Amino acid sequence: MVFLTTFISSLLVNNVILSGTKGLCSYIGLSKDKKATLGMSIALIVVCVLSGLISWGLAALLTLINATYLSTIVSILVIASFVQLLEIFIKKFLPSLYKSLGIYLPLITTNCVVMGLAISIFSTYAKYIDGTLSSLDSALTILGMILAYPLGYFMVIYVFAFIQERIQNNNETPRGFKGAAIAFIATAAMCLAIYGFTGLV
Amino acid sequence: MSENKINTADVEKSSEVVNSAESTQKSAVSTKVTDKPKKVKKPNELLKVFTNGIIKDNALLVMLLGLCPLFPSTTSINNAIGMSVAVLFVLFFSNIIISSIRKIVPSNIRVPVYIVVIATLVTIVELLMKAFTETLYEQLSVFISLIVVNCIILGRAEAFASKNSVGKSALDALGISIGFAMVLLIVAFFREVIGTGGITFVNPFTGDTLFTFLPLADFAVPVFVQSFGGFVTFGLVLGVFTTITMWNNDRKMKKEQKEKLALQQAKGGK
Repeated sequence: MVFLTTFISSLLVNNVILSGTKGLCSYIGLSKDKKATLGMSIALIVVCVLSGLISWGLAALLTLINATYLSTIVSILVIASFVQLLEIFIKKFLPSLYKSLGIYLPLITTNCVVMGLAISIFSTYAKYIDGTLSSLDSALTILGMILAYPLGYFMVIYVFAFIQERIQNNNETPRGFKGAAIAFIATAAMCLAIYGFTGLV
Repeated sequence: MSENKINTADVEKSSEVVNSAESTQKSAVSTKVTDKPKKVKKPNELLKVFTNGIIKDNALLVMLLGLCPLFPSTTSINNAIGMSVAVLFVLFFSNIIISSIRKIVPSNIRVPVYIVVIATLVTIVELLMKAFTETLYEQLSVFISLIVVNCIILGRAEAFASKNSVGKSALDALGISIGFAMVLLIVAFFREVIGTGGITFVNPFTGDTLFTFLPLADFAVPVFVQSFGGFVTFGLVLGVFTTITMWNNDRKMKKEQKEKLALQQAKGGK
């Protein structure tokens, strides 16, 4: 039940893009191309699941040695080097995927979604240490977040890629608003749609 | 349309490069003759580094970098100022440190080194804010840590600080963060006025309300304080800014064309 609650709340109510406003650089940069959004989302799902598990381990380790104030430095370093490794791996074994993702794979290193997930995991683990969450609840919350963050990103960016196609081919848009400006305003409309889920969980 | 925009931007950049190359040549030539022209030229160049970041290379409006902290930190002018100061601190010191170690760091591992420098600075800001400005830290919480993955800071480290001297990098950091703060304040102003009906200032060190001015509180639209308002306001600000730059570019283009025409006519006349 805790898992489901966290999953739905992170996926819909507190969606990572529309409500959390994370990962917007890649969201605006990529959403013109449906294929790129799919590739990026798949890469992000893989990176989020693996780096989420890693940062869970890191949270436990840092609490053990009583150095939670180092969490930002340690998590960004570990995630960055992990993404670098993954990039080398994909370059070697899946060259076609590497070609299609191109410059966007290194961007995952500086993607707020991955880092935001790590920070949320750290704070959830801190709650478990405080005693506000039981061990099972905290584990299920973390698992729910690990799955819901990248899936929420995928859902919104893929839907938005279709909307972008309509917006950018519309000749009635004022000249200066074409491109990113109208994309942000359309995103605001999507935000309003997401607000309909408030109170669901 | 976008291709056109990119092309003009490229042309501008390349012309700038040519200009700077010419100016360096000129200065090199002039140093042989006298030292005076060089002294006049230098502050101009430095000023350009500083002002480029404010409007021409504005991180948020032109490069569309570092958008993540924009929306949660513009719910009120107070938060916007806090975030701007945090970004200014991190960007200023990261640019200075990175440009001073740029000759020691091997290029293969430069990104991890930059990340460590930036993460250290962000941790310093985080701990300072936690200690002295607790209310502000609670409101911005996650997004202070997320400065570490902010594209602006890594982008300036990679594109500017790793190639230029310490002084220039510091000026660039100041320019970029003033541009960043400007956009943040504009967006925050509209969001706070529409969302709450006025302006409230809170002392960040104690959490006491300094003054409130809410003349339109009855007509407030609370949804503007949520992410919806951020997207709408930033979209409109960005659209207006782009329109103005486009008008400017058009005017410049027309001027150049007129000059060209005049030149051609003059040649034809001769």
